[in-house]
Amino acid sequence: MSREEQHLRVDPIACEAHGLCAELLPERVRLDDWGYPIVDDRPLPPELVAHARRAAAACPTLALLLERRAIPSVGGRAAAEAQERASRNVRATQA
Amino acid sequence: MSAAANALPRLLHGADPRGGAPLAAHLAHHGISSLFAVEPAWLVAEVERAGLHGRGGAAFPTATKLAVVGHRRRRAVVVGNGSEGEPASAKDAVLMAQAPHLVLDGLQLAAAAANAGEAILCVKDSLGEAQAALGRALRERDATGRDALPVRVVVVPDGYVTGEESALTHLLNGGRAVPTTTPPRPFERGVDGRPTLIQNVETLAHVALIARHGADWYRGLGTAAEPGTALVTLCGAVAKPGVREIALGTPLAALVQHGGGDLSRARGVLIGGYFGSWLDPRAAASATLDVASLRPLGASLGCGVVAVLPDDACPVAETARLVRWLAGESAGQCGPCVFGLAAIAEQLERLADPRAARRGKRDGGDPLARVRRWCGEIAGRGACRHPDGAVRLVASALRTFEADFEDHLRHGPCRGCALPPVLPLPDEPGALEAAA
Repeated sequence: MSREEQHLRVDPIACEAHGLCAELLPERVRLDDWGYPIVDDRPLPPELVAHARRAAAACPTLALLLERRAIPSVGGRAAAEAQERASRNVRATQA
Repeated sequence: MSAAANALPRLLHGADPRGGAPLAAHLAHHGISSLFAVEPAWLVAEVERAGLHGRGGAAFPTATKLAVVGHRRRRAVVVGNGSEGEPASAKDAVLMAQAPHLVLDGLQLAAAAANAGEAILCVKDSLGEAQAALGRALRERDATGRDALPVRVVVVPDGYVTGEESALTHLLNGGRAVPTTTPPRPFERGVDGRPTLIQNVETLAHVALIARHGADWYRGLGTAAEPGTALVTLCGAVAKPGVREIALGTPLAALVQHGGGDLSRARGVLIGGYFGSWLDPRAAASATLDVASLRPLGASLGCGVVAVLPDDACPVAETARLVRWLAGESAGQCGPCVFGLAAIAEQLERLADPRAARRGKRDGGDPLARVRRWCGEIAGRGACRHPDGAVRLVASALRTFEADFEDHLRHGPCRGCALPPVLPLPDEPGALEAAA
């Protein structure tokens, strides 16, 4: 079993710059000069995951996504495939 | 293999500017090749050994794409991409108009290699000559029963992002030509939901020659790391602008000289089109046209545009113009692209255009500092690479012409800012033609 990490991603087409994400998760999201989020996509530390999930759920256009990615340690194709499988929207799999 | 192994041109050998080389002439020049006798697995292996990379700008390994699409469960669709959105580029237009059978051979071969059940050729709306030549060529092929698959020619609207793979797929599925957030990528689920191979038309023409002559022949020109030839479009301060075929690794200065220009007297040179990079002529003096030489300079050959800026032109004004145009070509879907590119264009215009400079004075702020910050913030935040490409162009301009930007910041627009523009944009007949 490969371990997984959670990352934040923005769907730039869906995002309409409501800015709630930056309010709810200032640790990882800041806004650019036009109000669109700039997210830090490094792996989320465990203590931020619940906050991130809340921020994603609060987005009016559901443009903030939490993604699981395999920690790239296995190497080669297996890791790439695991990453592809894992990179589905967490919310979609939980729904 | 062939006696002409090291002869240029290859793709443009026998190319006919009077409506395209007819089938008989095409076969006389390139040899009679029965397309159906080529074993798909052999062709994929040969394309891989040849080291062919896509010529639409992204330089993805062609054999990988062929194999990936060919190995999926559903029958694939092959799309020849002749949408040539780059305003300064004319290479695909010239190739389709002058050597249509080579492109069509390549399309059939790629279809066979990818086990495709459908073949589509997308041609930009404004390329009337190419459409006519391809239409004639297809009628000739129909009459001789040359093709395994019928080819559907689809005329696609002009537009910078039209040729982006997901945008083209949307268009072929009846939607607007706008990029999508990935995945699924077109090779997974593309046209009609089927795996879709999208290849630039020049790439297809190379496949047609590799199928005839093999990988060793292909590698007979170019460098060991980057074999083969490429079509480039030379424009700007050269006496003879237009499309040339070069061996990869050709010195940049030699190409410019061949076009009747002088790199050492240029103000700058833009490589790779409007998503490309500006280079200082002194830094580029010993550059060769291949990744190994261009990457350390922060440039890549991209779609093959080499634009020479004349001595008296202003790089700040030219860059501002290009960015304003690129901002207008945004598909309008993603905030950082829509607002960011327009804002960068406005700040650059403050430096190069007297009216915008007066407007800017009222706004205050340091336009250069803003542009530098935005360049760092915008890249990677669109659904497609449009904002990244625009920002790369701006960043290369700031790097290459730093003194000029600082000078404009302090003293306002220069004399060169008032001169007629040099780099061609659509609907600007004043600019020098990228002659086809």
